[in-house]
Amino acid sequence: MAEPMKIRATLQGDVADVRVLMAHPMETGQRKDAAGKLVPLHFIQTITAQLNGKTVFTADVSQAVSRNPVFAFKVKGAKAGDKLSITWQDNTGDKRTDEVVIRAGS
Amino acid sequence: MHHTRRSVLRGVWAVGALAAAVAAGLLSPGRAFAAWNKGAFEAKSAVDAMRALGMANAEDSKAIEIRAPEIAENGAVVPIDITSNIPGTTSISVFIEKNPFPYTGTFDFSQGSVPYVHLRVKIGESSPVRVVATAGGKHYTTVKEVKVTIGGCGG
Repeated sequence: MAEPMKIRATLQGDVADVRVLMAHPMETGQRKDAAGKLVPLHFIQTITAQLNGKTVFTADVSQAVSRNPVFAFKVKGAKAGDKLSITWQDNTGDKRTDEVVIRAGS
Repeated sequence: MHHTRRSVLRGVWAVGALAAAVAAGLLSPGRAFAAWNKGAFEAKSAVDAMRALGMANAEDSKAIEIRAPEIAENGAVVPIDITSNIPGTTSISVFIEKNPFPYTGTFDFSQGSVPYVHLRVKIGESSPVRVVATAGGKHYTTVKEVKVTIGGCGG
């Protein structure tokens, strides 16, 4: 099971600034391990963000995204206390969902 | 498990053999969502990938902002911020033209987010980074050159 994501969602007006760090190797399929064996292709393919259960942002990505991917995006129509969840799924079918509560901006 | 920068870059560089491995059935690419456009992601040139995505006719636009380092010291982690100021932008697609598989991803804002995204990518050698914004079913594009100083492959 993959490690939890780190998600931060902070309000700026009615837009939530979302920043997420995913723990994932994002293997390109050509890197060799210490024993000289190829590490198989292993990368996140799809990302979905939901605001209170409604999809608001999606992404399809390739293995060119850096290891332990970081993304930021801005969700419209958010309020402090709303729930924001993010799901990723990789090419092996592994997936993970984490949720945070949107915080008021400073 | 060593993740040296060099090996990461070599990985980016050498993914060319990947398509062959997939074709041979050695690897089974995930089928998470039907929408993940395998043909575009496996295209070896940005032009072919754009064609596979129906974006080949994108017209140049100055209303797309790409913020990326002009010179990236570490090609394994290059931060890119993209904003589309084109009204009604529904999605943004990214192509790193000199990477073995240039199509890096599409970000869809149409269901409730602002046409902005930050991502971090691997760039194997100095390359134009092309962004296509889609608005009202039309495609607009702009490009920014990113130099990778210590490339894994003589960049």
